[in-house]
Amino acid sequence: MVTLMVARQVSVGRVGAVVGRNVGALRSGASYWLVLVSGFFEPLLYLLSIGVGVGALVGRIPLGDGRVVSYAVFVAPAMLAASAMNGALAETTFNFFFKMKYAKTFEAILATPVRPIEVALGELTWAMVRSSFYTAAFLLVMAVMGLAEPWWALAALPATMLVGVAFGAAGMAVSTFLRGWQDFDLMTAAQFSLFLFSGTFAPVGGYPPVLAAVVQVTPLYHAVELVRGLALGRVEWALAGHALYLVVLAGLGLWVASRRIQRVLCS
Amino acid sequence: MAHPTVAVLERHLTLYKRLWRASLFSSFLLPLLFLVSIGLGVGGYVGTVEGVSYVEWIVPGVLASTAFQMAVGECTYSVLGEFKWTRGAHAMFATRVSAWDMVRGWMLYIVFRVEVAAVVFLAVVAAFGVLASPWAAVTLVVVGLLAVAVAAPVSAFSASIDHDSYFALLFRFVMIPSTLFAGVFFPVEQLPALVRPLAYASPLWHGVELCRAATLGVAPPWPVWVHGGYLLAFGVAGLWWAAFSFRKRLQD
Amino acid sequence: MFGLVAEHQPLIHARGLVKRFGEFTAVDGIDLDVEPGEAFGFLGPNGAGKSSTMRMISCVSMPSAGELRILGMDPVREGPAIRARLGVCPQLDNLDPDLTVRENLTTYARYFGLSRAQARERAEEMLDFAQLRDKASSKVEPLSGGMKRRLTIARAMVNEPDLVLLDEPTTGLDPQARHLLWERLFRLKQRGVTLVLTTHYMDEAEQLCDRLVVMDGGRIVAEGSPRSLIESYASPEVVELRFGSEPLEGFVERLSGVGDRVDVLPDRILLYAKDGDDAVSEVHRRGLAPSSVLVRRASLEDVFLHLTGRTLVD
Repeated sequence: MVTLMVARQVSVGRVGAVVGRNVGALRSGASYWLVLVSGFFEPLLYLLSIGVGVGALVGRIPLGDGRVVSYAVFVAPAMLAASAMNGALAETTFNFFFKMKYAKTFEAILATPVRPIEVALGELTWAMVRSSFYTAAFLLVMAVMGLAEPWWALAALPATMLVGVAFGAAGMAVSTFLRGWQDFDLMTAAQFSLFLFSGTFAPVGGYPPVLAAVVQVTPLYHAVELVRGLALGRVEWALAGHALYLVVLAGLGLWVASRRIQRVLCS
Repeated sequence: MAHPTVAVLERHLTLYKRLWRASLFSSFLLPLLFLVSIGLGVGGYVGTVEGVSYVEWIVPGVLASTAFQMAVGECTYSVLGEFKWTRGAHAMFATRVSAWDMVRGWMLYIVFRVEVAAVVFLAVVAAFGVLASPWAAVTLVVVGLLAVAVAAPVSAFSASIDHDSYFALLFRFVMIPSTLFAGVFFPVEQLPALVRPLAYASPLWHGVELCRAATLGVAPPWPVWVHGGYLLAFGVAGLWWAAFSFRKRLQD
Repeated sequence: MFGLVAEHQPLIHARGLVKRFGEFTAVDGIDLDVEPGEAFGFLGPNGAGKSSTMRMISCVSMPSAGELRILGMDPVREGPAIRARLGVCPQLDNLDPDLTVRENLTTYARYFGLSRAQARERAEEMLDFAQLRDKASSKVEPLSGGMKRRLTIARAMVNEPDLVLLDEPTTGLDPQARHLLWERLFRLKQRGVTLVLTTHYMDEAEQLCDRLVVMDGGRIVAEGSPRSLIESYASPEVVELRFGSEPLEGFVERLSGVGDRVDVLPDRILLYAKDGDDAVSEVHRRGLAPSSVLVRRASLEDVFLHLTGRTLVD
């Protein structure tokens, strides 16, 4: 139903124009390029430090299904999922908020035939492109380092794109509610807490039960489980559940975001 | 008559009274979350490191890296903003406050912020009985020194750039690698010999080793005076650079 | 003996003062003397070198060449000591947006070494001076432009300076805010405070300045009191003639010899004359029928346009 309603309003060309604006902005500043490209190194450094460095102290870690893998193999997919999240959020929170509130970019765009949902879709597409760029490079590194089988790495790529879309949409929705830069401290705090406690560095099974229960409701947990399952070649029905969670999050985020853009900018 | 440096410090404290809420997470909560996630979470799968439990081993590292991250974080956007957006530095420079007074007042403020965070952190971990030695109190001196050694050059950098996108590069190529590879999470001896000198060059590593020696009550890998001297030299050079770049920015 | 000499020294003394930025010469050898109690103005279009001169006087920017003494001291060696006795109101407000109005004043007072009690006391006085008492506990961010500017000026007065420097104090303010600000500055003048200001508003210069210089291209092109400048660079009266939509160039020849000088603007013709009414009679006698006629006293604007040319500089 929602899909149909959305489909009737949306023009691919206009969404493309919104994406095109971002590509244009990319070309205009050398520093934006550098910032964008260097974003890839962050998860890689974490992988080397925690995965390889701390991994040497940990040795091997049980996956819970009887299999035991090296710590780096365990951590790498989580870094990948976190990288998809961070890449998408960087675009749909900081940059989105700036364009909405300060640069008045959307105000200018909405003065044309482009609709709020198309702005939201365009921004989200761009966020996904950015995040996929990071994850594809990261998957390559994983395959080269022997942390994932090449075919499973390829299978994990669409999963990371879904993660990017889900977090991108959710981040965009949240950004429309932010009052000012001071709220970003909260946002960063939430993002970092997710990063530390989503079964990223240690299996959720080892968490205290209460914490484990809370973690299982949060989005990065599902992202990590989905990506880890695919990257390690553990296909099971639970993966579908994690994927569904992310699809719902994406739809909800997109719906809220476009309603809010409409509300804030078109009234 | 109050010294101009004191007036500058007072200004930052007055501002902090208004804005302290924003820093609660990064100053107090984040280091503890890190400790729980990595120290306890991952630590459960680690045996012992250098003869002690992983949590005990990582506590001084997280403490020093908190000081390090605060020093970097506080001296980027706020410093550039003083020159570019609010122009508070220009307002001060129109009075008898000199560039040097500004640098000193600012450093005193950073040290104050880091010390408060360090005391809270130590109090919490001490309550959980993770501090082995009374020497742990010495870490307060170490983090103060580390804070200046890092905050001074970072402030100088922030005062000399024109666009804030350089900060993303500072975070990615200096702050994050330092945090990850300067002996906070695993011993630097594990690093390939080729990149180990990079860790030795980071003031954070010297801070981590001094803090670790203090909380565990053992001798640091290099003589204390070498670690301390390195931090001191870094700080003095940084202060000189900061005074220079503040003055340059304000005069023309 | 030396004390006596010092007393007679001007507050600002410049000879051949130059400021260069790389290849570009912003200030190109100017001479100045500002005496205690004067209200002195720099008038000129954008880019004339006014702000660069002000920055050198406020000991923030170093002269590239020439001689400069402020309060009898050398700005290169004694910057902080001089700045301790100046009050500076910069072109761009640099208040602390996160602090309250009162805190902005007390914090600033502390930079000058006032004790906390003195700082509080001066802040209260300045709140009254700036008419911001009911905003004292409000943050600076939401204040109007006029309020912010009054606060900046009040802040500049907090150390009871010997010399107050105002760089375009009313640029960007609405008419009411400007008039309120002029009234405040006039009070300072009455108290004997020495004011140095830059402006590109003629009315502001006429209202506030005892003496002024007109700058153009980094040089001083004229100097004197507003009245004397008008007398030397414009005739006492100006007649403004409009001729509907007809092209004006055609009238110039027919007006030659009327008054001292004729100037053609896009929409009107200006006649500079000793007696405006005589000039108007002469215009009518020559059989011209302007659609509107206005006789007024010459203003500093006429001087300014005459000296710096009619091209608008941005």
